[in-house]
Amino acid sequence: MLEGYLPILVFLGVGTFIGAAAIAIGFILGPHRPDSEKLSPYECGFEAFEDTRMKFDVRYYLVAILFIIFDLEIAFLFPWAVVLAEIGIVGLMAMAVFLGILVVGFIYEWKKGALEWE
Amino acid sequence: MTFEKFLFYFFAAMVIFAGLMLITRRNPVYSALFLVLAFFNAAGLWMLMEAEFLAITLVLVYVGAVMVLFLFVVMMLDINVAEMKPGCFITYLPVGILIALTMVVEMVMVVGPNHFGLDIYASPVPHAPGYSNTGELGSMLYTIYMYPFEIAAVILLVAIVAAIGLTLRRRPDTKSQNPSKQVLVKRDDRLRVVKMPSESKMELK
Repeated sequence: MLEGYLPILVFLGVGTFIGAAAIAIGFILGPHRPDSEKLSPYECGFEAFEDTRMKFDVRYYLVAILFIIFDLEIAFLFPWAVVLAEIGIVGLMAMAVFLGILVVGFIYEWKKGALEWE
Repeated sequence: MTFEKFLFYFFAAMVIFAGLMLITRRNPVYSALFLVLAFFNAAGLWMLMEAEFLAITLVLVYVGAVMVLFLFVVMMLDINVAEMKPGCFITYLPVGILIALTMVVEMVMVVGPNHFGLDIYASPVPHAPGYSNTGELGSMLYTIYMYPFEIAAVILLVAIVAAIGLTLRRRPDTKSQNPSKQVLVKRDDRLRVVKMPSESKMELK
């Protein structure tokens, strides 16, 4: 079974090599004449106003966590779709109940306004 | 050494390397990126165990979604890298060693040479090229393990409700448009025609 994944391994290897080589060649061949002004943070020509790190709204987190939940839901759909012909109506009903429960959550978040950005 | 064995040691070494880099970086964003590397190599290990679906799901869900969440948490914590004192490492070292030792002892007790090995579990036979791990998983999950599968749905539902309950904040002070209200507006709501007497000619003094 693993033979089928050999092209993916080759692909990963080539991708890693090209990515690393591009950076390495630039690092080796490029001129290095650093000074303090070159190395200082650059913000449109003037001194940086504040730190890069800042607090942001917790609602981004909410969007991310809702994305993960529905991502997992979709992950359950893949093996189901592969064997749907074998498991028949029982499998179809099992997935219907699964999606039904999650639709309850989806309606809840919709009505609660978690998908609104204001 | 076969090629698969070489791959196993390569992926395992990369996982350990990424794990070490993960805990020794001072910048939490670098730590998160090394965790991505660890996930990718763990996916490679799972692929070597012919668990293709788990390997791809690891990349899809963990690298694609959970890492975004981790990065959000890192950003939200508002950690100033310069303020993190190097002394922390020494302070927490005894507790860390204690926990690490406990876990190592537990793992050796479970998967140590007494309970695990080729003489106890025979080496699994490699499957034929047509073997589909995803199909095997599916034919088990939606028939024999249907009840745990439905419980997973309920757990996800709980996660939705908990996430909304914990992080949904209303912001009354933000200004936003409501397109449906904008479309529904009639001329009379916005425009008022007022009858006024015509002005007389201003008299010159």
